[in-house]
Amino acid sequence: MAAGFKTVEPLEYYRRFLKENCRPDGRELGEFRTTTVNIGSISTADGSALVKLGNTTVICGVKAEFAAPPTDAPDKGYVVPNVDLPPLCSSKFRSGPPGEEAQVASQFIADVIENSQIIQKEDLCISPGKLPEVTINEETALAEVNLKKKNYLNIRTHPVATSFAVFDDTLLIVDPTGEEEHLATGTLTIVMDEEGKLCCLHKPGGSGLTGAKLQDCMSRAVTRHKEVKKLMDEVIKSMKPK
Amino acid sequence: MEVGMHTDSKSRAETGAESGPRGPGCSLRHFACEQNLLSRPDGSASFMQGVAEKSREQLIRNTCEAVVLGALHPRTSITVVLQVISDAGSLLACCLNAACMALVDAGVPMRALFCGVTCALDADGTLVLDPTAKQEKEARAVLTFALDSVERKLLMSTTKGLYSDAELQQCLAAAQTASQHVFRFYRESLQRRYSKS
Repeated sequence: MAAGFKTVEPLEYYRRFLKENCRPDGRELGEFRTTTVNIGSISTADGSALVKLGNTTVICGVKAEFAAPPTDAPDKGYVVPNVDLPPLCSSKFRSGPPGEEAQVASQFIADVIENSQIIQKEDLCISPGKLPEVTINEETALAEVNLKKKNYLNIRTHPVATSFAVFDDTLLIVDPTGEEEHLATGTLTIVMDEEGKLCCLHKPGGSGLTGAKLQDCMSRAVTRHKEVKKLMDEVIKSMKPK
Repeated sequence: MEVGMHTDSKSRAETGAESGPRGPGCSLRHFACEQNLLSRPDGSASFMQGVAEKSREQLIRNTCEAVVLGALHPRTSITVVLQVISDAGSLLACCLNAACMALVDAGVPMRALFCGVTCALDADGTLVLDPTAKQEKEARAVLTFALDSVERKLLMSTTKGLYSDAELQQCLAAAQTASQHVFRFYRESLQRRYSKS
């Protein structure tokens, strides 16, 4: 009976839960889903991480390549983020060229990496303005960098993102699921680093928020940062040094 | 129904309205607006203020969707076409203002008007409203907000750079004060338009 009501009137069904200050999956309005972090799962990548937030799973791989620096910044390297939303993850995505959501997400990640200054682009430069030490591979006749001489990348900050959804212009819930995002009248994402500085406040339209509600979101983002930082520290400690 | 508009830096027709010199405490640049300039679309407006990349399109679209009463026009598509004629800083805010004016000119029912305001924070933390392109490039952080006309609530926000929570609240308060000037200008330009025709 509940399943029928949910299909016919999803918003009304959801409102019944919100009136009791809880959500269909049993969480409170300010509670996050179980977060799991796992690193080093992709052996062919230079670095990788798998993060699960409830049922939302994202896997990220990082690969370093030998490339020429851009002409306007010869002592800086560059980072190219690419977000792929395959049909495997949700029925709303089709195979083919990246849709709008994937492009917007890639741009968002590029902005966060740029704004938070998580890595100094100068660190990515091997030798400014000239070729680094290369050997010519006799078989392919191409220049190759000596891959044994790798350093760890210096990570300067740890930005953590918190997402919120606005319901009926008044109620604010934390960490919305896919269904909740669909029913919500607005969404908000805050990316904060450890000093309480904001790297990004992304609110793409939707119902309005007052300054006081925004302040409330900030304080929740600060608490969330502490939780996630603790998780990340545990994971990094458990990583076997190479 | 098509709504076309452009952000124009050259034409200042007599039918349009222009804002007066900057009032005390408001550091927005001069702006001018002209409506109904294109004959083929249902409504059009030109907004001059001192990429249509996908993310900017998405921001503008979501802001319009939050405000337009879509339920009154079922099975209808409302296309908003923005053409940038010149970019002298605060581009996204200007696009939002143009979109709002064009929707009003087209007679699309909306639950509120909205306006865009950009703030830039430079290295010492000084706030500059409505920055020029040079100020934006040299700023430590650039924040763009879309505010509604009813309660000055935050409809859309997009930021670039690093800033603290207190600075955000400061920018938001300044943007809310500045939005009053923009909304007053909307009202005056619409009054002038309808008092002639």
